Amino acid sequence: MTPDPALVSELRSALGADAVLVSAEACAPFECDALNTQRRRPDLVVLPRSAEQVMAVLRACRRHATPVVARGAGTGLSGGALPVEGGVLLVLARLDRILEVDASRRLARVEPGVTNLEISQAAAPFGLYYAPDPSSQVACTIGGNVAENSGGVHCLKHGLTVHNLLEVRVATIDGEWLTLGSTSGEAPGLSLLPLFTGSEGMLGVAVEATVQLKPLPERVELVMAAFGDVRSCADAVGRVIAAGIVPAGLEMMDAPAIRAAEAFVHCGYPTDAAALLLCELDGLTHDVQRDLDAVQALLRDCGATSLRVAGDAGERLRMWSGRKSAFPAVGRLAPDYFCMDGTIPRRHLADVLARIGELAAAAGLPVANVFHAGDGNLHPLILFDAGQPGEIERAEHLGMEILELCVAVGGTVTGEHGVGVEKLGPMCSQFAAGEIEAFHAVKRAFDPDGLLNPGKAIPTLARCADYGMMRVHGGKPPFPHLPRF
Amino acid sequence: MDRDVTTALVEQVREATARGTPLRIVGGGTKQFYGRTVQGAALATREHRGILRHDPAELVITARGGTPLAAIEAQLAEHGQRLPFEPPHFGPDATLGGAVAAGLAGPARAWSGPLRDYVLGVRVLSGDGRVLRFGGEVMKNVAGYDVARLMAGSLGILGVLLDVSLKVLPRPPAERTLAFELDEGAALAQLAATARSALPLSAGSWVDGRAYLRFEGSEATLDDVQRRVGGERVPEPQGFWASLREQTHPYFVDGRPSWRCTVPPVAPRLPLEGTPLIEWNGLQRWYRCPPDAGAFDAAAAVGGHATLFRHAAGAADVFAPLPAPLLRLHRALKREFDPAGILNPGRMYADL
Repeated sequence: MTPDPALVSELRSALGADAVLVSAEACAPFECDALNTQRRRPDLVVLPRSAEQVMAVLRACRRHATPVVARGAGTGLSGGALPVEGGVLLVLARLDRILEVDASRRLARVEPGVTNLEISQAAAPFGLYYAPDPSSQVACTIGGNVAENSGGVHCLKHGLTVHNLLEVRVATIDGEWLTLGSTSGEAPGLSLLPLFTGSEGMLGVAVEATVQLKPLPERVELVMAAFGDVRSCADAVGRVIAAGIVPAGLEMMDAPAIRAAEAFVHCGYPTDAAALLLCELDGLTHDVQRDLDAVQALLRDCGATSLRVAGDAGERLRMWSGRKSAFPAVGRLAPDYFCMDGTIPRRHLADVLARIGELAAAAGLPVANVFHAGDGNLHPLILFDAGQPGEIERAEHLGMEILELCVAVGGTVTGEHGVGVEKLGPMCSQFAAGEIEAFHAVKRAFDPDGLLNPGKAIPTLARCADYGMMRVHGGKPPFPHLPRF
Repeated sequence: MDRDVTTALVEQVREATARGTPLRIVGGGTKQFYGRTVQGAALATREHRGILRHDPAELVITARGGTPLAAIEAQLAEHGQRLPFEPPHFGPDATLGGAVAAGLAGPARAWSGPLRDYVLGVRVLSGDGRVLRFGGEVMKNVAGYDVARLMAGSLGILGVLLDVSLKVLPRPPAERTLAFELDEGAALAQLAATARSALPLSAGSWVDGRAYLRFEGSEATLDDVQRRVGGERVPEPQGFWASLREQTHPYFVDGRPSWRCTVPPVAPRLPLEGTPLIEWNGLQRWYRCPPDAGAFDAAAAVGGHATLFRHAAGAADVFAPLPAPLLRLHRALKREFDPAGILNPGRMYADL
């Protein structure tokens, strides 16, 4: 679709010609995010350099009734930044300045295109860091983290983006500025900052974020435990937490993931193990020592076949490297993979992993599991070959079955990757019509004409009717014997 | 006695919406002073009570809105857990729903984070009588907008909290409070500096010329902390911290109005009359001065905001005024969740 020439010329005069892309070649690199099975070449890409230019783009789009899709680094895993037909792709990567690192107030004020890791790097000289650390932290931007409420491997103790965000400055589609939250952490009125966080670019465009920084911990220890079976490892997760220990990270990998990671980065993982648990503890020296002793005793008691404590920071990073590169490592095993993102109550970990194995066997597709066990946040990686006829559909179907399983045990279809376009269907199995309507109501309050990232994150009721999974109040859910909250 | 009275509450709300008659949501009635005065028939939530689920290994508790906060805390304490944000009760009858709707937190707030950080899910009754579930009982959940956290501190203007799921955490093995004789300026500096360190600070306040720092961890850690920061160990400090949380400390106990100012870290002293009581490592400052003392402007000038916390009934504005675009957004959300405008009308702002 050819973009409206009046809109193009308006954008060119506001942003400069080099910041407005219309040719097919120039627009092609923006055709997808990290969910690369979904692609659409944008008709019009804009690359503003300032908050004022972002506002100019939104005002122009509003005047021309043109949809706008905001995009950071394009590392999103759910297609949230997939261009929409006839829309403008608003790329925020050039707003990449760290405006302020204030050690005395323990905060950093940054533009949305700053990467997650850059914040911690800028804070490090002050003995501070930014806690959420998605595995894409080298590339992913804070604007995208806010849009997705991104997590990482340290969420159980240190929180998600929403727990580490103090204030955002938002440009609305109505052409107004909003400041949500505040640097004191308290703001008058409704709690709109958490509502905005994770709203996938549907409610406004963040042009500035103020995040809280934490003091670097005095001591960090990493324990790696190998298990001969998945169930013992999964049960160990609950035992550690029930013992009153809140690890900084508690990550689990199954045999296919362990072997893929070891083959990829040679990090010293025991390739004969059925499951591996990485447990990181941080804090003050004595407290970490006490927890370290307790965790090792617990893991042995849970049947760990081997235990290793990282001897120094170098070994710790090496042990983490396998976990952090697990997605690309598994990606080498097959031409394509889908990464699922359901979260479940931890007590169901062992059963759900077993059931995922059965579903995978029935679908005839291998699945590797590498995930945030402490949060109950699963990441089954479904391996397939899109070149084989019917395989992509089989993989998608298996993915939906896994997400519905998560919902059935009282969990959610997405813990940290967002709904985007990928999980619109499964949203219908998690929410009833009333909730879906309420989400649309929230959207209307911020964006009455539905111009911001239309069609993402919240399914239409019609789509849910087609999907055939909409739960009806008073009706029977698919697994009536299970708690549904 | 544990009971589910959802049906009765739904009927009462639907009838009020049909007639356009306002409702004043009442839990334990302990926080009626907070916010603007609401005229309307009482919608009592106290009967809707009971702990629905608490599996200590999940770090989650789910209970009905009318459940006494004391019952929640007793359940958690039995399993060595707690509500990390230390919510004020302001009376023996405080309910879970009331605590979440008020969104207030106690001395641990500066380190543990606000109440909203711990809200995982809600079942809520909207103004037009729909029962809706948002969030859930898991730690990470980004499916749909975070309406559950939107309910934290919403003062009942968007819906009635039927059930709430909160993240809970283990209690620390031990706590220790250290006191220092300091003037206001020196205390602010010390509170801010300690908050910047990696020390396990869990509360910091200043009152009557003394700064109080509370730390948590193992006894060995606390001995180490005391060696590093000095100060005088306060014997049995639980009563002191409870008196701040519940505002039974002599600073608060008289009939005068109180202002709550929340300000960014290291904000200077505010030019308000009287001596403040300082909490949250300097982020929350209480003043006993009249409604027209200029607290809104004084707090705004340093990047914070003020609330007229306790006041004679009928005060016009108790919360800092919102910029026009933000107020429009509040009105739009109110219309969507409570189209007839019957739930706690005016509790937060006039015509909201």
